[in-house]
Amino acid sequence: MPLTPAAIGGDSIIDVDRLTRVFRRRGAPALAAVDGMTFQVAPGEAVGYIGANGAGKSTTIKMLTGILAPTAGTARTCGFDPMRERRDLARHIGVVFGQRSQLWWDLPLQESFEILASIHRLDAPRAARRTAELVELLDMGATLTQPVRSLSLGQRMRAEVAAALLHEPALVILDEPTIGLDVLSKASLREFLIRERRERETTLLLTTHDMGDIQRLCDRVLVVDHGRLAYDGTLTGLADAVGVQRVLVVDLDAPTEALHGIPHTRWLGSEGDGVRQRLAFDAKVTTAAAVLTEVAERAGVRDLTIDEPDIEDVVRRIYSATT
Amino acid sequence: MVDNSTDGLAGAVADAVAGAAAGGAAGGAAGTSGKRTGALAAYRRIVQSRVRAQAGYRVSFATDIAATLLTGLAELTEVYVIFHNTPRLGGLDFDAALLVFALANLTFAAADLLVGHCDRLPTYIKQGRLDVFYLRPLSLLGQLITSEVSLRRLGRISVALVVLVVALARGDVQATATTVGMLSVAVVCGTALHCGLFVAVAGLQFWLVDGREFANAFTYGGAYAAQQSSLVFPDPVRIFFTFVVPAAFTAYLPTLVILGLPGGDFADPALAWWLPVAAAWVWVVALVTWRGGVRHYQGAGG
Amino acid sequence: MRGDLRTYWLLARAGFRRQATYRLALAAGIFTNSVFGVIRASILVSAVAGAGAAVAGYDARSVSSYAWWGQVLIGSVALWGWSEMADRVHSGDIAADFLRPLPLHLTYLAADLGRAALALLARGAPMLAVGALYSGMTFPAAPTEWALGLLSIALAVAAAFLGNYLVNCAAFWLVEIRGLTLAYSIVATLLAGLFVPVHWFPDWLRLVAAATPFPSFIQTPVDILSGFAAGPAAWRAVAVQVGWVLALGVAGASVTAAGRRRLEVQGG
Repeated sequence: MPLTPAAIGGDSIIDVDRLTRVFRRRGAPALAAVDGMTFQVAPGEAVGYIGANGAGKSTTIKMLTGILAPTAGTARTCGFDPMRERRDLARHIGVVFGQRSQLWWDLPLQESFEILASIHRLDAPRAARRTAELVELLDMGATLTQPVRSLSLGQRMRAEVAAALLHEPALVILDEPTIGLDVLSKASLREFLIRERRERETTLLLTTHDMGDIQRLCDRVLVVDHGRLAYDGTLTGLADAVGVQRVLVVDLDAPTEALHGIPHTRWLGSEGDGVRQRLAFDAKVTTAAAVLTEVAERAGVRDLTIDEPDIEDVVRRIYSATT
Repeated sequence: MVDNSTDGLAGAVADAVAGAAAGGAAGGAAGTSGKRTGALAAYRRIVQSRVRAQAGYRVSFATDIAATLLTGLAELTEVYVIFHNTPRLGGLDFDAALLVFALANLTFAAADLLVGHCDRLPTYIKQGRLDVFYLRPLSLLGQLITSEVSLRRLGRISVALVVLVVALARGDVQATATTVGMLSVAVVCGTALHCGLFVAVAGLQFWLVDGREFANAFTYGGAYAAQQSSLVFPDPVRIFFTFVVPAAFTAYLPTLVILGLPGGDFADPALAWWLPVAAAWVWVVALVTWRGGVRHYQGAGG
Repeated sequence: MRGDLRTYWLLARAGFRRQATYRLALAAGIFTNSVFGVIRASILVSAVAGAGAAVAGYDARSVSSYAWWGQVLIGSVALWGWSEMADRVHSGDIAADFLRPLPLHLTYLAADLGRAALALLARGAPMLAVGALYSGMTFPAAPTEWALGLLSIALAVAAAFLGNYLVNCAAFWLVEIRGLTLAYSIVATLLAGLFVPVHWFPDWLRLVAAATPFPSFIQTPVDILSGFAAGPAAWRAVAVQVGWVLALGVAGASVTAAGRRRLEVQGG
């Protein structure tokens, strides 16, 4: 049951207005984990929600899903008040919480899906069709009859994602979905999410420490810092805003002297007598291609990689820019 | 859409009852019509899966049953040892004490089977299982209640059932409307009363995460008090276990009616018929503490 | 030797401090112990009244005293729930414990004595006041009786711990020992005389109990502290406790050695 903008009573699937959550702790000053945050997410968007540990990401998600009550301000998710209409909301969202499993660890995976289908009141044909689709796309055929406790981390995470998407929710919230996964598992999970969004126009809110997740999946980034929104915009805009540089790593045919003086670059260092060299450049003033052309005039290039800005680095720079 | 105040009292009551019914009649068809059927089917599905999961571990399941059977026998031995030394305890002879023991154990063990895991709420909170409950379109309490069925309690229940049959036979109890009616009310409402105590302390656990042992005073303490004649207690304690934590209603007062015994101050046999009211009282307290506990957990209660 | 003693002392102190941090748990323990004490004392006093004036040497006051001294001890003498050792055997962590130069059962015992001392002060002592107010208590009259009583508590804690330790050692040979530990706890609780005095048992059951160490866990220290056993009888009872502690300690050492050999043969 896809939610149209009319059905959710506005243009936003998430509408957060001056949302605040203060934790009072015995023997310590009160802490505002979320501090007057305001943002909206439109249906169909894919938003990366990033920040350091303890910046307020989980607290926000708990308020969006009805687990925590706001101290001040309001949150509306899919048009519902998460505190007062938690159960109605639960039919329209799918959530994967990092370490909290929604599967039954002592049952075969198949049975967890059957129970969840029953909880979400999917009729038998729809449940069967959707389960089969998820099993195929997430490649879970071999694990379906295994008890959940015997699954590997990658298998379990795919199963968690499938469990959260079984009822075709309009909004999917994923908390660190790729943490601890190997490269292949990460790639296949991302592929799946991209396809799911394309076909169902699902809205995605994603917290992650993995820049690759953001780059592949998100068209918008929210950076949260000390409970406040520090940035809201595109990923490249973010890198530009904080002046984060990309790094070109070139492997040369032969030992070469340091590549100083290439326009708009800064030489970072070399390894193996100059066979591998690292050059930082600002994507706003030049391109990787232009830098590569300059390098190729001095030495034969055998291989190259481009290091993207590290997410922690981006967040750190935002802190220093805003404080 | 079921109701708008999703975790309102009425919703919680209905779902809790649905949950208990789903637990009690795991395979049977509970006849609830209309909007609740969907939730009921989901709860039944969950409970069935819990039953199957336990049956999968045959050896440990068998040892667990043996252990609860042994617990029941050890408690029976204690009653026997006391009556080996005294002919009467709190106005009851051995046969009457056996009936009290049987009813108290049967109703408590049945409640323990259905909802005994509720007093492990702090574990649920620490493992994040409670947060997962929030993400499903079912009531939190309904999900907590149906999240486990401790079939191992069948060991203790079977001891209680055997003792019940023996006590009724030795007491030469005739099947009259009074005895059959009282026995049925005692078993059904007594179980409900003990279930209510478990839920009430589950609600308290939201505040007392490190103080789990408090719960034992009301659940296991209530069950221990229920096994005794009320007359062993001095008046204030007897009033407490009759009108505050009404444990006396589950076994002692019904026994007075079934065996035609006189009772005493604050222990009138006529009180026994108020057992459904006592059970309802415990459930009202349980739902209030549960609701307060949930609000405390969410931080909405100030 | 002195270095070893210092190590045991540090372990005991750590066990004491670990418990002291859980204040709400302590309050909960005191409350729950009081509720159970009220129920137990009521039953036993009523049983004595039902029998006339006395049962097997107990009158109303001494049976109340028996019930409440039992509540004093219950937090210290561990009859239930210790599975740390079995867990470490099953997880393989036990290999690290074997690298230490001290006997395993004694290091665990030291920590348990520390835990028990805290429990006695924080959970047990308040029961003396509650018991005295509710249904009456008797206390040792002379300092020597107090000393003998405290010694008897320490021996009871040690004996009960070593009993649990032996049961935990079954984990060297069995994959699943939960049923065994449960059965042990139930039988130990009954035969220790926690809920009804061993002196009230019918003859056959008293003989069974006397052949086990269990009465040394609860009944013996309660008898001494409540004055039920005094003079030479008290000293004899403590001597029996010493015998059980030594026997269980020797058994613990040899079973540990056997378990260790088994692990080495299996390669962990």
